[in-house]
Amino acid sequence: MSAHDELQHAHDDHDHDDLGIHATFKGYMTGFVLAVILTIIPFWLVMGHVIKDSSTAAVIILGLAAVQIVVHMIYFLHMNSKSEGGWNMLALVFTIVLVVITLSGSIWIMYHLNHNMMPLMDTSNLP
Amino acid sequence: MPDLTKLLFGRLTLESLPFHEPILVGTFAVVALGGIALLGVITYYRLWGYLWREWFTSIDHKKIGIMYMILGFVMLLRGFSDAIMMRAQQAIAFGDNMGYLPPEHYDQIFTAHGVIMIFFVAMPMVTGLMNFVMPLQIGARDVAFPFLNNFSFWMTVAGALLVMASLFIGEFARTGWLAYPPLSDIVSSPDAGVDYYIWALQIAGVGTLLSGINLLVTIVKMRAPGMTIMKMPVFTWTALCTNVLIVAAFPVLTAVLAMLALDRYVGTNFFTTASGGNAMMYINFIWIWGHPEVYILVLPAFGIYSEVTATFCRKPLFGYASMVYATVVITVLSYLVWLHHFFTMGSGASVNSFFGITTMIISIPTGAKIFNWLFTMYRGRVEFEIPMMWTVAFMVTFVIGGMTGVLLAVPPADFSLHNSLFLVAHFHNVIIGGVLFGLFAGINYWFPKAFGFRLDRFWGKCSFWLWVIGFYFAFMPLYVMGLMGVTRRLNHFDDPSLRIWTLLAAFGAFLILLGIACTIMQFYVSFRRRVELRDVTGDPWHGRTLEWSTSSPPPPYNFAFTPRIHDHDAWWMMKKYRYERPLDGFLPIHMPHNTGTGFVLGALSFVFGFAMIWYMWLLAALSFLAILVVGITHTFNYEREYYLSADEVRRVEQSRTELLASHV
Repeated sequence: MSAHDELQHAHDDHDHDDLGIHATFKGYMTGFVLAVILTIIPFWLVMGHVIKDSSTAAVIILGLAAVQIVVHMIYFLHMNSKSEGGWNMLALVFTIVLVVITLSGSIWIMYHLNHNMMPLMDTSNLP
Repeated sequence: MPDLTKLLFGRLTLESLPFHEPILVGTFAVVALGGIALLGVITYYRLWGYLWREWFTSIDHKKIGIMYMILGFVMLLRGFSDAIMMRAQQAIAFGDNMGYLPPEHYDQIFTAHGVIMIFFVAMPMVTGLMNFVMPLQIGARDVAFPFLNNFSFWMTVAGALLVMASLFIGEFARTGWLAYPPLSDIVSSPDAGVDYYIWALQIAGVGTLLSGINLLVTIVKMRAPGMTIMKMPVFTWTALCTNVLIVAAFPVLTAVLAMLALDRYVGTNFFTTASGGNAMMYINFIWIWGHPEVYILVLPAFGIYSEVTATFCRKPLFGYASMVYATVVITVLSYLVWLHHFFTMGSGASVNSFFGITTMIISIPTGAKIFNWLFTMYRGRVEFEIPMMWTVAFMVTFVIGGMTGVLLAVPPADFSLHNSLFLVAHFHNVIIGGVLFGLFAGINYWFPKAFGFRLDRFWGKCSFWLWVIGFYFAFMPLYVMGLMGVTRRLNHFDDPSLRIWTLLAAFGAFLILLGIACTIMQFYVSFRRRVELRDVTGDPWHGRTLEWSTSSPPPPYNFAFTPRIHDHDAWWMMKKYRYERPLDGFLPIHMPHNTGTGFVLGALSFVFGFAMIWYMWLLAALSFLAILVVGITHTFNYEREYYLSADEVRRVEQSRTELLASHV
C-alpha cells in the first residue's frame, strides 16, 4: 500500500524513474571534500583570528554556511531542478521564500520596535 | 525520605489536587462516574478486544479519520463547557456580585477554552476529515505512511489527555491561549499550569507535523493515474495547501515553545528582559505560526464548502481554476500578515501600514471564493440538504466576520479595538462561521460514506438553527460591547448598563448548548434509524468526486482497481459515460498490518510529558528511554504487510454487487 506498491504499476513506473538519482562514489567524495573544506575555512578564520573585525568574519562564515547548504543539497540529497518531477525545486523555492520572509520580517519588526523606544534614561545616575 | 519522594514525585504533592475547589470536585465526580460507566459498558459488552484490534491499532486512514473526529467532538464538549461557564460568570458578575468563579479559576478557564478549541477541537476535526476523505478523493488505497498516521493520532490524544489531566491534577495556565511572556515565565507563573500548556502542545504538535507530512506526500505521490494537479478535487487542493502550511508553520511553534520551556526549566533568557532577552520576540514568533494556523483551519473548510456547493447545486464548481489560485495565494499571503496581531506593540507607521495592507489584500482571494460559491449556486438546482444549509449560513456569517476583519486590519482602528471584545467577536465570527460551520457541513455530508447511513434530517435542522441563531445572539453583543471599549477576559464588571449585553450573550451560549444537544440527539436518532437511513448505493447525494464511487462504508482497500481519471469531477464523468463496475479479474491487494506501536508511543509520550511537568526527572528519563526503545524496536518489525487475496476482494465486491442489485 506504500507509494512503491508493485501492484499499482500504472503510476509507479514514473516513480521509479524519479528515483534514478546518480549516487556515485565520485559524487559523494566530491561532496565530502567540499564539505570538509567549507568547514575548515570558518574554523581557521575563528581560531587563527585571521580577520580582526568580528562582524566581517561573521558575514563570511554565514556565507560559507550558505554554500555548504547548497553542497549538501546537490551532492547528498541529489536535488536538481528535475528531481521528483520538479516538486523538490518547488518545495525549495517555497521554503526559501518563507525563511526570507520570516527572518527579514522579524529583523525589520524588532529593529523598528527598538527604533521607536523612548530614549533610555541612564538609570545608574538615579538615586 | 523527602529526597525519595522528590525523586519519584517531583513537585507533585497532595496539595496539588484541587480538593478546595467545590466546582472541580463536583466535575471530577461526574467525570469519574461517567468514565467508570463507559468502561463498564465496554467491559460488559466485551468490546475491549474489538476496539483494540479494529480501531486503536488500525492504520486504515478511514478509521483513523473517524477517531480524530471523535476526539474533536469529545473535546468540543469540554471546550464548550468552559465557554458556557465564562458566559454565565460574565452574566452575573456585576457590581457587588463577584460571580461564582474566582479570578484564578476564571483565567484558567479562558486559557483552556482557547487552547482546547483550536488545538484539540478544530485541528483534530480538520485532520480527521482530510484523513478520511482525501485518499478516497484521489483514488488512493491509503495514505503514504499508514503507521505514521496512527502514531500521529495517538500523539494528538496524548496532548489532549494532558490538558484534561490539568483539570484535576494541579492547574492549567492562566496566561491566555498563547501564553505570552513575561506572564508565562517562571517568575510570574511558577506553578505547573504553563508547563501543562507547553508539553501538551509539544506532544500534540509532533502528531500534527507528522500527519501534515504524511498527507502532503500522499497528495503529491499517490494520485490516481490521470489526476493531474489541476484535476484534483477542490477539497484535496485545500488539503494540499493546508498541509504545506502545517509543515512550514508548526516547526516555528515547536521552536518558540522549546525556547519558552528552556527559559522556564534551565534559566535561559530568550524572553526575559533582565538578561537581554526580549518578550516581544516570543509574540513575533508565535504569530508567525499563529497566523498561518488560522488558514490551516479555514482552508479545508473552504474545500468542504466547494464540494458541498457543487454537489447540491448539481453544477460543476464555478471557476475551478480561480478557486485553486485563490487557495494558493491565500497560502502564501498567510505568511505576510502576522504583525496585525500586535499592531499596538510599538512598531512605527511603515511597519504597521505594510502589514495592514497585506492583511487587506488577503480579503481579495477570499472574496473571490465567496463569489465562486455564489455563482455556482446561481441558476443551479439548489437542494437544501443539511450540508448546503450550513454552507449558506457560512456565506452570510463569514462575510460579516471578514468585514470586521478588514476593519481591524486598519492600524488606527486596531489601536482602539485591540484586546477588546470586538476582537473576540471577530475571531469567533470567522472561526465558528468559517471553520465550525464547515466541519458540520462536512460531517453531515460525509457521514453516510463513513458509516453507511445518513444522518437524521429533523435533528440536523434543529441543531443547525439553534447553532446559527445562538451564534448571532452570543457574539453580536460582543461586537457592541467591544465598540464601547470593553476589554476581553474580564471576570467582573462595574457598569450595570452593560449587563443586558452579557445576558444576551449568555442566552446565545445557551442556544448553542441546545444545538450541541441536538447534534448528539441527531447521532443517536440516526443510529436507531440506521436501517431506514441506510445508503446502499454509496452515492446518496449524487456526488461528483471519487469517494462516492466506493461503497458506504468503503472496503478496507478503498478501490479494487485504481481508477483512471480523465477530467474534473471524476465520478460525475464516470456516471455520465455509463461506467461499469468491474466484476472480475481481481488481483491480490497489498495491505499494511495493524500495529499497537503508535498507541504505546502515545501512552509513553503522555507519561513523559506528565513527568516533565511535575519535575519527576527519573520517570521522565525512563519514559523517554522507553520511547526511543519502542521506536527503534518498531523499525525491526519486518512483517508489516500482507496480501489480501483475490478471492477475498472478489467476495467483498460480490456482496456489493448483490446489494446494488437488490436496491435498483
